[in-house]
Amino acid sequence: MSLFDHKVSDLHELLHKKEITVSDLVDESYKRIQEVDDKVQAFLTLDEERARETAKSLDNKIGTDESKGLLFGMPIGVKDNIVTKDLRTTCASKILENFDPIYNATVVDHLHKAETITIGKLNMDEFAMGSSNENSGFQKTFNPWNLEKVPGGSSGGSAAAVAAGEVPFSLGSDTGGSIRQPASFCGVVGLKPTYGRVSRFGLVAFASSLDQIGPITRNVEDNAYLLQAISGLDPMDSTSANVEVPNFVQALTGDVKGLRIAVPKEYLGEGVEEEVRQSVLDALKVLEKQGAVWEEVSLPHSKYALATYYLLSSSEASANLSRFDGVRYGYRSPNAETLIDLYKNTRAEGFGDEVKRRIMLGTFALSSGYYDAYYKKAQKARTLIKKDFEDVFEKYDVIVGPTTPTPAFSIGSKISDPLTMYINDILTIPVNLAGVPGISVPCGFSNGMPLGLQIIGKHFDESTVYRVAHAYEQATDYHKQKPAL
Amino acid sequence: MTKITIDEVKHVANLARLGITDEEAEKFAEQLGAIITFAEQLNELDTDNVEPTSHVLDMKNVMREDIAKPGLPVEEVLKNAPAHEYGQIKVPAIIE
Repeated sequence: MSLFDHKVSDLHELLHKKEITVSDLVDESYKRIQEVDDKVQAFLTLDEERARETAKSLDNKIGTDESKGLLFGMPIGVKDNIVTKDLRTTCASKILENFDPIYNATVVDHLHKAETITIGKLNMDEFAMGSSNENSGFQKTFNPWNLEKVPGGSSGGSAAAVAAGEVPFSLGSDTGGSIRQPASFCGVVGLKPTYGRVSRFGLVAFASSLDQIGPITRNVEDNAYLLQAISGLDPMDSTSANVEVPNFVQALTGDVKGLRIAVPKEYLGEGVEEEVRQSVLDALKVLEKQGAVWEEVSLPHSKYALATYYLLSSSEASANLSRFDGVRYGYRSPNAETLIDLYKNTRAEGFGDEVKRRIMLGTFALSSGYYDAYYKKAQKARTLIKKDFEDVFEKYDVIVGPTTPTPAFSIGSKISDPLTMYINDILTIPVNLAGVPGISVPCGFSNGMPLGLQIIGKHFDESTVYRVAHAYEQATDYHKQKPAL
Repeated sequence: MTKITIDEVKHVANLARLGITDEEAEKFAEQLGAIITFAEQLNELDTDNVEPTSHVLDMKNVMREDIAKPGLPVEEVLKNAPAHEYGQIKVPAIIE
């Protein structure tokens, strides 16, 4: 039994009954990392000395008003594209190998305010471009359920660390499925909030109109607590929304009577493995038993989402990544006589293959003569995809389907063909294009590998998403299973 | 299949200020051709009367009070700079 088998609210109680200390929690993290991280390789950087000091100072505050917050003293892992002051932040890219941020992302400030303890920074696909963590510039992360399988991506480190019991929870980011897909592959709970719910200030930008930071946890309740801590308007992010943040945990009533569920036929069709399909149908039976009703619907433009996504996200990335030029920070090529060569060589030597490919695709789609045919066309397709969701949400409370068409695949099996790799995200991408919230919760196993149920809600209605996810979780024990490791 | 020539790839790489080898240019020509061909399925969609979406939420410009705040200290700004001198970031010659 690990301390992290307890949900966070129980750990909070144990702390206040003085059965455990904050230092015990931090010990548990580093002990587990010591035991398993040479196999899982989830962490890129550890912040052990500082974490232990912080734990000691928090232990002195137990019992005071300052220790009342539910996340007080909880260890957390942070994806390495979220900047942390004085703690190396690399985006798993050689171009930022020695980057030492001089400020904190807003979510990190929120975590500090909640007095969580940052254990370290988690591996990812370079600049969040990928679905397997095989695109990390430093190391591959392995799936704790089977070390020959990928953990998913791009937040593969964030999901694997939670599944392996190295931290009770973590932060990831999701541009086209990068929280939900690895959560599904690793058998944990991952939520992509509504676009604008969580500040992106200090999240190294990949595709600014799609990126969102969100929580990865062992259960739905912890997820709701963590989202609560990081949500809200931020003057530093002009796209963070001025919308009231409800009490998410209060939404976990277990009551789904009369709830209207839409199941898109496109999400259970071609390319979706039979066991994945069956696990979703079984989940729908569970929800039906609890009083929800479901009907098949259509999101007719789903098949265009992948193309739309790659054009838009790569275009935005090509602009966002122009800042990595070897001038103000990051890697600088030693082989350059002129400024233009400095840019070109720095970027050639600093970026990995997938990042280069997307910069090229995005630059092409935005270039003179092609802008209308590709970029603008994709923006129009996005309008149609978004409208599909709006139409369904006129009649239904949530949309339910699988998170991914298959369970985690083997390392190396898809790396050679970018298009095959992209197809992993076919069920998660439309959610980012529409800007709505989506969660993945464990819903079964196929050959020992976890499967994920995706629940999608209306704009700013994470509460209903959580309510459904929680009700389902209460009736199942998939989330309680742990990898053998 | 849409063909992207090696010259086009080199032109785009130059726009992106990305140094690429001849081998990479060949590889990217092939891969980008495949991805662009895949993306051309969007041409099946009639989008004549569809407005483009650049942003999903209905947002308006928000103005903040124009109050001066201290900027970052020079030492902090230079902390990650690969080369600097006299409090300024150093780069190779821009003009001959």
